[in-house]
Amino acid sequence: MEEVGANGRPGTVYFFGTCLVDLFFPEAGLAGIELLRREGLRVVYPQAQTCCGQPAFNCGYRDEALSVARAQVALFPEPWPVVVPSGSCAGMIRTHYPELFAGEPDEAAARGLAGRVHELTEFLVDVLHVSLVDRGEPVKVTWHASCHAMREAGVAAQPKALLAQLANVELVPLGRERECCGFGGTFSVREPEISAAMVEDKAADVAATGAALVLSGDGGCLLNVGGALERQGSRARPRHVAEFLLERTRGR
Amino acid sequence: MGADGAPPPGAGAHGFRARATAALGDPQVRANFRRAMDGLMAKRAALFADPAEWRAMRALGASIRARTLARLPELLERLEERCRANGIEVHWAETTAEANEVVLDLLRARGATRVVKGKSMVSEEMHLNDFLEAHGVESLESDLGEYVIQLDGETPSHIIMPAIHKDRQQIARLFGRKIRDAAYSEDVDELTATARRVLRRKFEEADAGISGVNCAVAETGTLVLIENEGNGRMSTHVPPLHVALMGLEKVVERLEDVPPLLSLLTRSATGQLVTTYVNMISGPRSPGEKDGPREVHLVVLDNGRSRIYEDEELAVTLRCIRCGACMNHCPVYTRVGGHAYDAVYPGPIGKVLTPQMEGVDRRHELPHASSLCGACAEVCPVEIPITRLLVRLRAEASTRRVGSTVLGAGGARSGGEALSWRLWKRAFGSPGAYRLVSWLATRLGRLPVPRLGPLRAWTSVRTAPRPARRSLHELAREKGVPDA
Repeated sequence: MEEVGANGRPGTVYFFGTCLVDLFFPEAGLAGIELLRREGLRVVYPQAQTCCGQPAFNCGYRDEALSVARAQVALFPEPWPVVVPSGSCAGMIRTHYPELFAGEPDEAAARGLAGRVHELTEFLVDVLHVSLVDRGEPVKVTWHASCHAMREAGVAAQPKALLAQLANVELVPLGRERECCGFGGTFSVREPEISAAMVEDKAADVAATGAALVLSGDGGCLLNVGGALERQGSRARPRHVAEFLLERTRGR
Repeated sequence: MGADGAPPPGAGAHGFRARATAALGDPQVRANFRRAMDGLMAKRAALFADPAEWRAMRALGASIRARTLARLPELLERLEERCRANGIEVHWAETTAEANEVVLDLLRARGATRVVKGKSMVSEEMHLNDFLEAHGVESLESDLGEYVIQLDGETPSHIIMPAIHKDRQQIARLFGRKIRDAAYSEDVDELTATARRVLRRKFEEADAGISGVNCAVAETGTLVLIENEGNGRMSTHVPPLHVALMGLEKVVERLEDVPPLLSLLTRSATGQLVTTYVNMISGPRSPGEKDGPREVHLVVLDNGRSRIYEDEELAVTLRCIRCGACMNHCPVYTRVGGHAYDAVYPGPIGKVLTPQMEGVDRRHELPHASSLCGACAEVCPVEIPITRLLVRLRAEASTRRVGSTVLGAGGARSGGEALSWRLWKRAFGSPGAYRLVSWLATRLGRLPVPRLGPLRAWTSVRTAPRPARRSLHELAREKGVPDA
């Protein structure tokens, strides 16, 4: 059973930062932690965490994926929720750990972890029911829905529900919002020409919105789309949704 | 293709990546596919506007196909028995070569030299037109799209809309060049009328008609064939001999299984509630009847399907009802078009089917030509988990697993790639190693490095990724975020 506080909320949560956030978007990770702490939760960040194993798993190297995944499973022994600032990594743990660990001695632990993993915005909306007060200047943003957030983790409405709470934020719909940006992990370097065609289209769609920021909940998409925007000389900048939510609501 | 000793179609300068790159550089290909796929996606979406209805229909479709596959051998026997009772002769072909011989024998025994064809993807697997032409039989495609590409010596670029890579002007020029007495016109009605004029005479003259099968009903021995142009009905009813071709997975158990599948198929494929023609063929002309073929034959092709069926997870591939929705929604297919795959079945389902039929060793590029975005699986009307199958086939290609029944398993193992993943495992599998890797990445990652290999590919259209100066691990420690 999860520890539940008097208000029906968990008292403590784990934070699984993901390798991309760790190395490229640590501020987004800190922002995620702060968004949770601000709601009165104790946040635990196991320092031994590395990566969920998805890169090797998706390339068909199951043994290597299992080995790295196994090292993570052991880090979250308490029955606390595990919050992840990535739909892709949350989807990996939730959807694929049960099959990856099937028949393994730690299958039960992996299944247990899979059952209490939450993508960050999903956790803020569906579990914590947060209320946000916008303290920022008027700004126009657009939302890039990550494929794995939508289709593996089942997270689509939650980030938009959070943005809708921000009075001064205008969310401009992105053309072909449900189409992949072309990152796809190793796909971006195995099929660089196709990936390039996809991200160029995506960056052009972002630029067409006139938004100052393209927000997403996944580091891979942000690296990909952000890199293309920068190369195209676009003024639109990539931003992780956690970082944006914190910036808007702490009155900076 | 097939076991003919030819170099793997996926390899080297002539592989998928080279063909895809060429297609990406062709603005006509890019524009034609984008426009066509956008249109098809919108039409499908309009017919599945109610998510609850979609979920219910799809669950039913998936369950019908799953139930069929669970009893496949038994249902095929039943189908044969019922077809024979209806006067439809059934022939089994393990390979495409065998299937071609069956068809040729049937034609030769009746002195047939002129054939009209309805659309059939199985006949594409067989390369039947080339085979028949080589044996002195004229085999004319009568589906308008198939007619267009046959005229141009091409193969289909889409399983439902074979000439979707061509626009109106390209077809106008083709007709002007290839059809005698055809006045040049870019008017769709005039182009259609020209094709109709040519085909009408061919239907009357044909000695035999060859068609595909959308599904075959085991309990009644009925062959179901849907189409929009009437050419399917003409091909199967006007000539004295009708030869139907089907993959062995196309059987369904009961007549009542047909309407839900057809409804899913037409909505998913072309955004139609129903096709203009629904042909239910239950035997040749009976005594006293004035029309219909004198003989009906059904050729059931295996071509690797029973091998796919042997694998519990991969067998789900055989649920496919060939609607093409996966390719219509695929961001890769939309950009490179069907010909880049060099396969009978392009797009997502082709990336699953082709390596299984031709070998994961030969076609290992195909399962990797996906960002695993999942748009395909999301729209599949029979719930084929395409992305999961792609990942499975990637694993089959690189690792020879004991007991694997996958053709060519382990045959595409690359020592360099395997080593990379072993190093990755070292780096990410232990906290100490990862601490070193992340320290190096954050301290040295902003230094200019030669743009080679993956970085060169990445930076073709993007700036190089810049690691943060300090990792989240460090920042969390500094902020006093507890470790346990």
